[in-house]
Amino acid sequence: MAEHAHNLEIFRGLIKFKSNTQKIWGVLVLLTIVTTVEVALGISKPEALLSNFFGMKILNWIFIILTLVKAYYIIWDFMHMRDETKALRRMVIWTVIFLICYLLFILLQEGGYVFDVYSNGYIKRDF
Amino acid sequence: MDNTVSTGTEGEDWGGGNQPLKASYGKMMMWFFIVSDALTFLGFLAAYGFSRFKFIDSWPIADEVFTHIPFYHEPMPMIYVAFMTFVLIMSSVTMVLAVDAGHEMKKAKVTFYMLLTIFGGMIFVGSQAWEWATFIKGDYGAVQTKGGNILQFGEYVEKDGEKIFKRVALRDFVIAEDDGRINHEQKNGLWFKSEGTQPTYTVEEVIKGLESHDNVLIRTEIIDEKGEKTILSRGSSLKQLKDNGKIVVEGANLHVNEYGTPLFADFFFFITGFHGFHVFSGVIINIIIFFNVILGTYERRKNYEMVEKVALYWHFVDLVWVFVFTFFYLV
Repeated sequence: MAEHAHNLEIFRGLIKFKSNTQKIWGVLVLLTIVTTVEVALGISKPEALLSNFFGMKILNWIFIILTLVKAYYIIWDFMHMRDETKALRRMVIWTVIFLICYLLFILLQEGGYVFDVYSNGYIKRDF
Repeated sequence: MDNTVSTGTEGEDWGGGNQPLKASYGKMMMWFFIVSDALTFLGFLAAYGFSRFKFIDSWPIADEVFTHIPFYHEPMPMIYVAFMTFVLIMSSVTMVLAVDAGHEMKKAKVTFYMLLTIFGGMIFVGSQAWEWATFIKGDYGAVQTKGGNILQFGEYVEKDGEKIFKRVALRDFVIAEDDGRINHEQKNGLWFKSEGTQPTYTVEEVIKGLESHDNVLIRTEIIDEKGEKTILSRGSSLKQLKDNGKIVVEGANLHVNEYGTPLFADFFFFITGFHGFHVFSGVIINIIIFFNVILGTYERRKNYEMVEKVALYWHFVDLVWVFVFTFFYLV
């Protein structure tokens, strides 16, 4: 096991930390900034970001992308996925990503369809 | 005498001596458990997404539901959840610092960081409990219609020269009368039957209250193109309440929800409850490992890998929260 051989680079080598402890604090700073941005956007809700883009508000897309950014750093640096072998990494990540896309596609598609059935008047929504 | 069969290949590739993933059995299994647990949470969140897409034009707006902060009475959307998120991320940091100290075999440091992690987890679970209590209690109250829709109340007020719609609580315009209705208890009726708490007001009292307050209007669940809930005129407010009002709802439980569709409450209780249970069991496991560290178990074992394994679980709990936070509170 590569106990002490931590990969200390993030952003593809743009930032290189001196020690593992330093990297942990660095990642904390990053996660805090991302969360602060999310909360600030959530409270202020800028008018420009409320328009629709590919089925959802731009703001919601921003939230989802920022969440994936956070998830990446939690898995890669807190859970040390960066230091695992490529095989383990792919086994865990791609399996989950494939199943997430699959289930989300099916259920969200179906939910939208049911909504259409209601709103197109095949079933009356009683008040 | 010797029950195990020796094949003479132990330690060779063919005898299981090869470790292609270069991870110990325990760590690998923790990863695979996390994969399956992630899929369980995916099931919940995807089901939430399904219901939300199904009722996309009437789903409650989370900003208006979770606006509370302990000891502070003005509505402050999201601040408290942001605090909870930060607590959990912080406890993840102390956990990874404990793992790091474990690699360096520094027992005192591992102990200290494990303790901080446990405290972080406890603060989070406590906050979650408070969040639940506030949600169950509710704040404004509403009336549910025959069709199961929610009618909320409010009025237009001037603020900075702009007319904004401000919610009005039932207690501010409805007067409870004594209608002689007595709560059925086991001791004074059928012993095998009892009923839950009755709402403070009846629908008739709410109608009277609405009639005597000209400023109060009804807000429905339907979201307009501007992303806001539809507000009815004075006339249709009265008509809607008289024609369709069925029960008074205060707070939320698995059957009714004053903020909107009961599904929202169901998913809230189920998803945050399942996550809270994970945090709770994480705290328990952390406490066990904490005592093992103090007792020197891993010192004797000459490695702190066990800390690493529970850390994986703990980070996973944090990871799930990041998604719950986004899909329940932000999006």
